[in-house]
Amino acid sequence: MKEPVGTRGLILNEPFLWERGGKGRTGYSLPRRDVDSAPLPEDLAGDGPDFPDLSEVELVRHYTRLSTWNYGVDSGMYPLGSCTMKYNPKTNERQASLPGFTGAHPLVPSELCQGALQLIYELEHSLAHVAGLDAASVQPSAGAQGELAGMLVFAAYHRDQGKARSKILIPDTAHGTNPASAALCGFKAVSVATGPDGVLVPEAVEALMDEDTAGIMVTNPNTLGLFETHIQAIADIVHAKDGLVYADGANLNAVMGVVDFGRAGVDVLHINLHKTFSTPHGGGGPGSGPVCVVKRLEPFLPAPRVVKSGDGYALSEDFPKSIGKLHAFYGNFGIMVRAYSYIRTMGNKLKDVSQHAVLNANYIKEKLKDVYHLPFDVPCMHECVFSDKLQEQHKVTTLDVAKRLIDYGFHPPTIYFPLVVHGAIMIEPTESESRENIDQFIATMRRIAREAQEEPALLQEAPRNPKVRRMDETQAARKPCLRG
Amino acid sequence: MRYLSHTPEDLSIMLQAVGVRDLDELFSTIPDDCKRENPLDLPEMTEWELNDHMAALAGRMVSGADYKVFAGAGSYHHYIPEVTRYLLSRSEFVTAYTPYQPEISQGTLQGIFEYQTLICRLLGMDVANASLYDGAMAVAEALLMAIRISRRKKTVAVSSLVNPYYRKVVETYFKPTEFHVVELPRREDGTTDLSGLDRIDDLAGVAIQSPNFFGCIEDLAAAGQAIHDQGAIFITCFSEPLAYGILKAPGALDADIVCGEGQSLGIPQSFGGPGVGIFAAKQQYVRNLPGRLVGQTVDADGKRGFVLTLSTREQHIRREKATSNICSNQSLCAMAAGMYMAALGGTGFRELAALNRDKAEYLKSALQDAGLEIPFAPATFNEFVVKFPDGFDQKWQALLQKKILAGIPLVCYYPELANHYLLCVTETRSKDDMDALVKEVQS
Repeated sequence: MKEPVGTRGLILNEPFLWERGGKGRTGYSLPRRDVDSAPLPEDLAGDGPDFPDLSEVELVRHYTRLSTWNYGVDSGMYPLGSCTMKYNPKTNERQASLPGFTGAHPLVPSELCQGALQLIYELEHSLAHVAGLDAASVQPSAGAQGELAGMLVFAAYHRDQGKARSKILIPDTAHGTNPASAALCGFKAVSVATGPDGVLVPEAVEALMDEDTAGIMVTNPNTLGLFETHIQAIADIVHAKDGLVYADGANLNAVMGVVDFGRAGVDVLHINLHKTFSTPHGGGGPGSGPVCVVKRLEPFLPAPRVVKSGDGYALSEDFPKSIGKLHAFYGNFGIMVRAYSYIRTMGNKLKDVSQHAVLNANYIKEKLKDVYHLPFDVPCMHECVFSDKLQEQHKVTTLDVAKRLIDYGFHPPTIYFPLVVHGAIMIEPTESESRENIDQFIATMRRIAREAQEEPALLQEAPRNPKVRRMDETQAARKPCLRG
Repeated sequence: MRYLSHTPEDLSIMLQAVGVRDLDELFSTIPDDCKRENPLDLPEMTEWELNDHMAALAGRMVSGADYKVFAGAGSYHHYIPEVTRYLLSRSEFVTAYTPYQPEISQGTLQGIFEYQTLICRLLGMDVANASLYDGAMAVAEALLMAIRISRRKKTVAVSSLVNPYYRKVVETYFKPTEFHVVELPRREDGTTDLSGLDRIDDLAGVAIQSPNFFGCIEDLAAAGQAIHDQGAIFITCFSEPLAYGILKAPGALDADIVCGEGQSLGIPQSFGGPGVGIFAAKQQYVRNLPGRLVGQTVDADGKRGFVLTLSTREQHIRREKATSNICSNQSLCAMAAGMYMAALGGTGFRELAALNRDKAEYLKSALQDAGLEIPFAPATFNEFVVKFPDGFDQKWQALLQKKILAGIPLVCYYPELANHYLLCVTETRSKDDMDALVKEVQS
């Protein structure tokens, strides 16, 4: 094995913002005052916020040092399952920062924002095309809001059919956002157990589906990294009771150019632009969670919608069945610009993206399955799920493996999810990694498996290389300190 | 393709290791009738072509840079110092995931902890979360939180002077629930009429915006009293947080939850998003908060550090019983807001807020001197309503040709307010810009 990527470097300490600075300093150039002062009436006036005053140099040092304590996709491999931490192209950032976009007020008349309206219109069409569905709305701000949009569409559809329904089927492999989004719409989540092969079996759905059930939420490919092979039969069962099929598209990166969700029987699909379409995660957001639907559900999409009229584009509120507005304006437009740039850059090579992502995951699966327990030994999609079953005997857990990876310079995989696998280690390499990087990751995982046998303390006490070691999360929750 | 690195040789080695003949065989578990019948049909551009295409699209936009925009209404044109733009583009911040692995996420975590702290100091509150999507969603979440705190009372009330778009989002969030939203009327003077509160049954919470959609500063002290008298949660919201540079903080006026949009704090307008949903509350409600929280703790060596905490409120643990479904938030925008507040500092923030108010007051009096009516008397910050003579809509269109956006017509939101326009002046408008506007509307 080559020299590990992870090493120690000079890490600089940095105090809080308010432990720096001195009253009267500033990091901001105020514009020249060209009007007289007009103070507020005294009874309304406050003292102003108690912020520290810093010079520009202090500010730059502060945030530069903080940034060096972070690990990003630009630092190295980030195989976080279900999160699709692919490379974030730099040209996307350039396009999103064009002054015509960044300086645009959202309420100007439509003839003065044709560029943004055209971009939204074309992005929605491209996303629907990739999904194999008929229409899309990019208004939801993140995946969970896309799910909420989908559930609101379910609720509105059933109300429109004359009967509200109270339940929703959700497989036990689902992300927590699924039941939480359904609950916001007043649906009671009914759990569907995954079958012995890691996928849903139609019989389990048949047994639960009734005429008070609005439909089913299926993550496909699912969180075990497997394609739900019975999706069509399941859709038929749900449709027969006039229910709807929602697909959580968090894992769309596996099947672009391959799967047609419309043919698979899906009625609604949400997409994460910050996963599949390369927009950066930003340490937790902003994302964007467009929702795609079949024709008969199009009237329910969030409004306003961009419509084409002649050569131009306009915003239309004329959708009486719409679920309404989810965002004060039109969603996270800056993220849409990045995703649009990515789609235009990739074109039909989006299929290559999925092929390489799936190849990389299967390659890792094959190269690690003799040293880590693989609960479902079948071809996977874009991610593979191991467990810590073989390491248990050495008193080493999934968490220890994850923390040891940090010492070697890799971001850990997603751990302890999905819940149906005890001690899950969920690895999603994405298409972005080269073969050499993947080989080094594999070698590192094998080395860690060896260490678990020979010197488990190395794992149990990991990580040692980062700025801080394992954190006391119990104390954080027991005595919350949420501000300085 | 520059984002994909596998050569034909790489592919053949890897396919062999996996035990499949070609890339298509990787998808053999997918039934044929779930597969596409036709291949993708998308245009593909070189970086050169993309640059030209995007420049053309961006060129068909009115931007604050070349137009004199006197519009706010929830999106504000403020100057963003280069230093915050530069620092925010550091890829360690931009390309990191949610800080689930705290040992290698301390930069994001301390940055968000500082954001939470500065937001608390700005609003006079005890705790702030790590952000929500936007101001509108924050108001909806605040009302749902009031219902949780009240142990399932069924009704909430929202002032009709809360930004109309926020109210629409509230309507969307509440439509499928068993809860009701009552709209509070406005008084003639452009502030909220709370006199009917005692006639609303089962009231969990009340949301008031200040400065409100007309720009008027509400009497929050009196509102808080009236709302607390009904045993309801007092929610104040905002679309322009810069106002709190000179206004009394809502926390000092006994607000239980304070929330709103933080786009003004160093985030580009970007056609309405991404901004940042700010959300703060009293300490006693901390376990009812929606969204992520960063907390301070120590590591195995006793060294100070930060983690995401109180996550038993959240969807990945509590699933359908979570306080919210939110997962991804607007983290990088919260970082931007933190950087912006730090760049200004307490002194600069106060001065900038005062300058916004001063400029708006200048335009307000100049328009009054020109014979135009200011229909609402209460004090304002950087937005106010002007009533123009009949037929002004044509003049408003004509001004657009001269690259002046003379406010937002209120008639779209309040049909009874024909000829009323909501004008906004920030530090980016000069006295000359304002003089030119006054001259134009007089002619």
